[in-house]
Amino acid sequence: MTTTAPPLIDIRDVSRTYGEGPPALAGVSLGVRAGEALAVLGPSGSGKSTLLNLIAGLDRPSGGSVTVDGLRVDRLGESASARYRRARIGMVFQFFNLLEDLTVADNVLLPAQLAGVPRAEARQRAAELLARLGVERHAGAHPARLSGGERQRVAVARALMNRPPLLLADEPTGALDTASGDDVRELLAALNADGQTIVLVTHDLGLAASCATRTIELVDGRIVRDSRDVRPAVAR
Amino acid sequence: MSALGGVVRAGVGRRRTQTVVLVLTTLVAVAASVVAAGVLTASRAPFEHAMAEGRGAHLAAQFDGDEVTGQELAATARVPGVTAAAGPFRTLRLRPRTLSESAALPAGVTLPALQVTGRADPGGPVDRLRLTAGRWATGPGEIVLAGDEWPLRPGDRLALPGAAGGPALTVVGLARSVTGTADAWVTPAQAAALSPGSGAVTYEMLYRFRHAGTEARMSAARAAIAGAVPPGALTGTRSHLVVRQEQLANALAFVPFVAAFGVLGLALSVLIVGIVVSGAVGAATRRIGVLKSLGFTPAQVVRAYVAQALVPATLGCALGVALGNVLAWPVLGDIDDVYGGAPASVPWWVDVAASAATLALVAVSALLPALRAGRLRTVEAISVGRAAAGVRGRTARRITGRLPLPRPVGLGLAHPFARPARSLTTAAAVAVAAVTVTFAAGMALTLGAVQSHRMLDSTAPVVVGTGGGQGPPGAQVVRAPGQPDRPAADPAEVAAVLRAQEGTRRFYGTARAEVGAAGVAGRTLVTGYEGDASWAAPDLVAGTWPTGPGQAVVTRRFLDAAGIGLGDRLTLTEAGRRTTVRVVGEAFFTENDGMTVLTPAGTLTALGVDAGPTSFYVQPYPGVSEDAYLASLNKALDDLGAYAHPGGDGSSDVIAAMDALIGTLTLLLVTVAGLGVFSTVVLDTRDRVHELGVHKSLGMTPRQVVGMVLTSVAGIGVVASTAGIPLGIALHHGVTPLMGDAVGMDLPGAYLAVYAPPVLALLLLGGPAIAVAGALLPAGRAAGTDAAGALRTE
Repeated sequence: MTTTAPPLIDIRDVSRTYGEGPPALAGVSLGVRAGEALAVLGPSGSGKSTLLNLIAGLDRPSGGSVTVDGLRVDRLGESASARYRRARIGMVFQFFNLLEDLTVADNVLLPAQLAGVPRAEARQRAAELLARLGVERHAGAHPARLSGGERQRVAVARALMNRPPLLLADEPTGALDTASGDDVRELLAALNADGQTIVLVTHDLGLAASCATRTIELVDGRIVRDSRDVRPAVAR
Repeated sequence: MSALGGVVRAGVGRRRTQTVVLVLTTLVAVAASVVAAGVLTASRAPFEHAMAEGRGAHLAAQFDGDEVTGQELAATARVPGVTAAAGPFRTLRLRPRTLSESAALPAGVTLPALQVTGRADPGGPVDRLRLTAGRWATGPGEIVLAGDEWPLRPGDRLALPGAAGGPALTVVGLARSVTGTADAWVTPAQAAALSPGSGAVTYEMLYRFRHAGTEARMSAARAAIAGAVPPGALTGTRSHLVVRQEQLANALAFVPFVAAFGVLGLALSVLIVGIVVSGAVGAATRRIGVLKSLGFTPAQVVRAYVAQALVPATLGCALGVALGNVLAWPVLGDIDDVYGGAPASVPWWVDVAASAATLALVAVSALLPALRAGRLRTVEAISVGRAAAGVRGRTARRITGRLPLPRPVGLGLAHPFARPARSLTTAAAVAVAAVTVTFAAGMALTLGAVQSHRMLDSTAPVVVGTGGGQGPPGAQVVRAPGQPDRPAADPAEVAAVLRAQEGTRRFYGTARAEVGAAGVAGRTLVTGYEGDASWAAPDLVAGTWPTGPGQAVVTRRFLDAAGIGLGDRLTLTEAGRRTTVRVVGEAFFTENDGMTVLTPAGTLTALGVDAGPTSFYVQPYPGVSEDAYLASLNKALDDLGAYAHPGGDGSSDVIAAMDALIGTLTLLLVTVAGLGVFSTVVLDTRDRVHELGVHKSLGMTPRQVVGMVLTSVAGIGVVASTAGIPLGIALHHGVTPLMGDAVGMDLPGAYLAVYAPPVLALLLLGGPAIAVAGALLPAGRAAGTDAAGALRTE
C-alpha cells in the first residue's frame, strides 16, 4: 500500500438534512484507504447509519461529495446506483435481512444472479463462500432454521458474492448473543486480514477494538474523534 | 362524531385508492343491474298496462267470408277458454290517395295499403280503442286512422280508388289499438258499401282468453278457434305475444347481455371488496391492535371495517343508479311512443333493489376479513405491526430459481405462491375481466355479423333500380314540379345491359308483392328472385336456399307467426289465386321485421303477380373499380331509365347503441379489474417494502424491480385469461341466442362461431395486459422505494 494512492472512500464536506430538523450529518470529510477496517462509533442518532447509507448509495447527501473507488456515488441515478452496489459494495445488517423464503444458497446467489453472472460460475462461488464461512451444510435450508451467528455468516457470504472492494456492516453483532457476536467479530477480522476493506457501524466497542484498524466517533452529525492506528492496516 | 365513526372516516380517507376502487366497482355493478332489470320491467309494464286498460285482443283472427257465416263467427265467442270476444267485423284492404294537401303530404299521393275495418264504436268487450284526436266515425264518408302511423290529421280527405264507387272519405279522428287490430276504421255500413260487389269478404274477430301468457297457450287457443269454424275459414291470426315482441324486441334484446354484465359486475364487486378489505386488515394489524388496546370491542372492529367498505359502496350505488337510469333512457325511449303514455322509465323499486342487493353483497364480502380483524389478539397485533411475512411459496421460489430466467423474473413468477389467497382472489378478479372482454369481443363480432347481414341483398356491391317510381310496396315517388313521369325500364333490357357490361360477374333480379299468407294476419311481403341469388342470399340458420319455384325461405319470426315449421307448406293467395310453397330454409334477416317470404320469381307468377324484376343486384369481378363500373353502367342504362348505385345499407341505430353500451360496460369493468390489481399490488408492495429494500441493497435495479413486480401479476393474468376465456365464450354462446329469442330470430351458427384463433390469441393477452396495466404504477413506485428507510422497517 502506498500513502499516495487515492483513498477507496473519499467523503468531502458531506451534510445530510431531513426536512427542517437538525442535520443528520454536518460537514463530514473522511478518507478510507483500501484494506482499512473503519469502525464508526457514536450514540443513537449521531448519523452513523446515514453515513453508511451515503457510502452505499442508498441515500444522497444534501451537500458535499461521496466518491468510492473513483466513482462519484452522490451523482449516480437509481439504476447506476444499483449497479454500483452490485459490483462494489457488500452489505451486512444487524437483522441479517436474509430473504426468509429463499434457501441459504439462493440468498447467497442472489447478488450474482442480479448481476447476470453465469449460473455455474455463481454456484461455484457461492459454494466456496459457504464453505469458507462454515455454513455449507445449511445451503439447502431456509434462514429461519439457522442460529443468529449462522445467519450473519450467510449474510456475509451474500455480501461477498460479487467480490466487492468494500464491505459495509451496520451493527453486525447487534442482534447476536455473546458467542455468536464473537464468532462474527472473528470473521470480520479475518476478512480484513485477507485485505477486505470494511466500514462497520457499531455501538460495540469490543467489536471495534478487535477488528477495526481505525475508528471515528460521530456526535450530532460531526466527527468528533478520528483515531488511526488502533491496529495497523494490512498491506495488500 | 363517535369513536367508531372517527375510525371509519379515517380509514376511508387514508386509503383513497381503495376507496375509489370500491366506488367504481359498485357503480358498475349497480348501473348494469339497473339497466338490465329496468329495461326488462319498464319495457313490459306499459304493454301489460295498455293491454289491461284497453282490454287488448289476445288474438286477432281473420276469416274467409266465403267459408264461414257471421253467425258461426259470433258463436266462436263461446269456445271454451274465450272470456270475451268482439266482432265479426268486415275488413277490406284499400290504398287511399290523398285528396287534400296536408302539412306533410301534397294532394295526389297514394298511401300504402290499409286494413280498413267496419266497426260501430271504439269500445266493447275487446280492444277498446283510445281516440287520440277527433271523434269516432258515425256515418258515411268518415274514416278514423290508427294512431300516428300516417301523416294525416282530422279534416284531411282521402280517395279510395280501389273501393266500390271510389268514394271520398274525410278523416274524422285518430285512434290507437294496443295490438294494432286495424289501420283504419269506418262504420259497418260504410265497410259494406266499400266492399266490391263480388269476391271474397274478410271478417275479423277479436278474442281474449283465460290463459294467454305463453306461446303454447296461444297455439292451443288458436287451434280451438280454428276447430270451431269450417276448415279453411281461419285465414290468419295475430297474437298479442307477437305484437309485444314486435313492439319491444329492440328493448328486450338489450336485457340478456346487460344482465350478463350485471352479474359480472356483482362478481367483480365481491372479489374487489374481498381484496380491498382483506388488504386493509392485513396492512393495519398494528392499528387494529392499538384500537383494541384503547378499548374497542371485537364487534366494533368488525363494524368499523365493514363500514369502511359500505361507505364508498353506498356512494358507488348512488352513482350507479344515476348512470343506470341514464344508460336505460335511450333504450326505453321509444316505448312511450308505442303506447302514447308517460315516458317509460326505470321503476324506483329497481333502483332500490339493485342498490340493496349490491350493498348486501359488499357487506357479506367485507364481513369475512373484518371478522379476522375482530379476532386478532391485541398483544400480537401490536407486536407484529404488519402482516407477518408468509413462509409459503418456498418451493415455487426454489423451482423458479432453477429455471433459465433472469432472477427478478423468477422471483416475480414465484411471488403469487407466497400469498395464495390474495393471488387467487386477484386472479379471479382478472378472470372476471377476461370473461368480460371475451364476452364483449364475441358480442361485438356477432353484432357486426348481424349488422352486415340484417338487410336483404346488402352484400351486392351494385344495385340497379328499374325506375319509373318503382320501389318497395307502398312507396310513392313525389316528383318535383315539372318533372315528367317516366316509365319503368324493361327488366329484360336492363338484364341485357348488365350481361353486356364489361366487368359484370353475376347478377340477379327481384320483384316484390304483398300477398296473403295462410296463418298470418294482414298482407305478407314476398320477394321473388330471378336468377341465381345464392351468392348474396341471407345467412341460413337451417335448410337450403330455394332451387326452384314452389320453395321459400323465411325467418323464425315468420314461422312462429304462421304457426309452421321448416319443411312445412305455406299457402299464398292473391286476388282469388293461390299457390303453395314449401319452406326449405330458415334464414336470418331483420329487414321488414323479418316478415318477408323469399322465393323464386315463379312463385309470384303462379299468383298472377307481375314478377318482372324492379331491382337488380350485381357483383362485378374482383379488381374491377366500383366507381368506374358504376359510371360506365349508368351511361349504358341512361336510355332505359334505370339507374345503378352502390349497394349496402346504413348501420342500425339499435346495434350501434348495443355496441356503445357493451363498450362502455366493458371499459368500466376492465377498469375496475385493473384498479383491483392496482390496489392489490399497492398493498403487496407495502407489505414487501423491507424485502424490496433488501433487493435494492443487493443491487437490484429499478428496472429489475419493475420487472419482478410486473411478472408477479403477469403470471396471474395468464392464468386468469386461460380460465376466463372459455367462460367468456360459454357466456357469449348462452346469451346471444337469448338475444335472438328476444327478437324472435334464430342466429346462424357462423354468428356464434366468432372466436377464430387470431381472436383467441389476442384475448389470451387480455388478462396479462389488464394485470400489467393495473400493476404498472405501483411497480414504478416500488422501484423508487427508499431502500434506506425500508431496511429500517423490521
